[in-house]
Amino acid sequence: MTHAMSGWLREDGRKGIRNVVLVAYLVECAHHVCTRIARSFSDSEAQVIGFSGCFPSRYGQDMMEALCTHPNVGAVQLVSLGCENFRKADLMRHIEASGRPVNLITIQNTGGTRAAIADGTAWVREQVAHLRQMPKVAMSPSDLVIGTICGGSDATSGLTGNPAAGRAFDRLVADGATCLFEETGELIGCEHIMAARADNPVLKEALIRSVEKASRYYRAMGYGSFSQGNATGGLSTIEEKSLGAYAKSGDSLINGILRPAERPPGAGLYLLDVVPDGPPTFGFPNINDTAEIVELISCGAHAVIFVTGRGSVVGSAISPVLKVCANPRTYAALQEDMDINAGRILDGDATLDDVGGEIYDALLGLAAGGTTASEDLGHTEFVLTYKNASAPEPGCHPAA
Amino acid sequence: MSEGEKPAVRLLHLHRNDNVAVLMQDAEIGATTRHGARCISIPTALGMGHKIAVAPIAKGADVLKYGAPIGFAARDIAIGEHVHLHNVTSRYTVIEDMEAGQR
Repeated sequence: MTHAMSGWLREDGRKGIRNVVLVAYLVECAHHVCTRIARSFSDSEAQVIGFSGCFPSRYGQDMMEALCTHPNVGAVQLVSLGCENFRKADLMRHIEASGRPVNLITIQNTGGTRAAIADGTAWVREQVAHLRQMPKVAMSPSDLVIGTICGGSDATSGLTGNPAAGRAFDRLVADGATCLFEETGELIGCEHIMAARADNPVLKEALIRSVEKASRYYRAMGYGSFSQGNATGGLSTIEEKSLGAYAKSGDSLINGILRPAERPPGAGLYLLDVVPDGPPTFGFPNINDTAEIVELISCGAHAVIFVTGRGSVVGSAISPVLKVCANPRTYAALQEDMDINAGRILDGDATLDDVGGEIYDALLGLAAGGTTASEDLGHTEFVLTYKNASAPEPGCHPAA
Repeated sequence: MSEGEKPAVRLLHLHRNDNVAVLMQDAEIGATTRHGARCISIPTALGMGHKIAVAPIAKGADVLKYGAPIGFAARDIAIGEHVHLHNVTSRYTVIEDMEAGQR
């Protein structure tokens, strides 16, 4: 299968596989205006994101800056109420410095809801027309940043979908792409196995610490790990359970640990550490799958592989979400929402390598005119909550 | 396999180095399965997702799934045996214990 991959070149050298106008609220009070602005456009033309506020948040600021300058984003309409605690001038300067058109509407200075919607809609319409004329450039797999997540998991996730996603990751890493996996809370028990794949001794220790931190954090939240139900399903040890989720990462060397909103320093495979440092402050690290997807995207993911057994239907703003269904019965029931049927492995109709190849082809195809089921269905979910910002993990990035 | 017997239960061997494989469907007592050229009979009724040994595993040796150790054999495990809580011991140093020691 050959792909003529192409995308939109940004000033920082990254290339986008989508070219969307973001309509971003800087406090929940401006959310409605954003929704009404976006209503005049297709799902692929304009999408709503935002930070609910209203208290100041370093994490919220970092995330909004990273998301508004994501390679899949062509222009940004910011909508402020006017009195919120958000450093909107800093955000605007950050977007301007990235070379993207940006427009700020402050509802309290614009005459209210109706006028703000009219102003925003007019500006977004100009940008959509402008972005449509923007020429594309050739892309190769090495331009891609791909994230992976599993959610709505069942006994099949660790048998079919996750290992197949891992095979796709191995091919992408070999191509020089950048791949991101998470969730340290689901890696408890296999941190030493993971650490053995670190490409340097400092990273090895950091990988173990990141999982120990997650274990402490989730325990403080009153959240357990290995259950009787796991044993009934055939899982014998915590290592085995965690390996089922960890299988998404494939077999490649691990090159570093990223924090939300941090760009990978180079190609390779990275663990995204989503658990904040210190004691729990704002609750669970990520309250749902979408919050996790948004963090993968904040690190520059062009697309996210989502492995599900029970059957999640979500997509995302900014980047396509490719749904890999691990369970053949779920696939039959929710076929329209799924992109890849990894359950065929259990039916004996495909191998892990076959499905890994399908995932790989589908991801490259997203830069060659392909769309995901969730995009076709209009899914543009977005969640961004409060979290303590984490400093970059020192010493665990490969030398540039 | 003689005429009239049920077709072999499908096995999933996740990694070339693994000494266990996973049942891809429920297996009744006496069901058979294939691993490579070998025909293996399954001694007990097992649900989809459970594991059997596809190589002999000596007491103390790593049990390998996904190409990685999921624990070690608590006793010798023969080919075809169910591999589960009764004959696998987690090697994982439980983080909860480490934490308790630090207080």
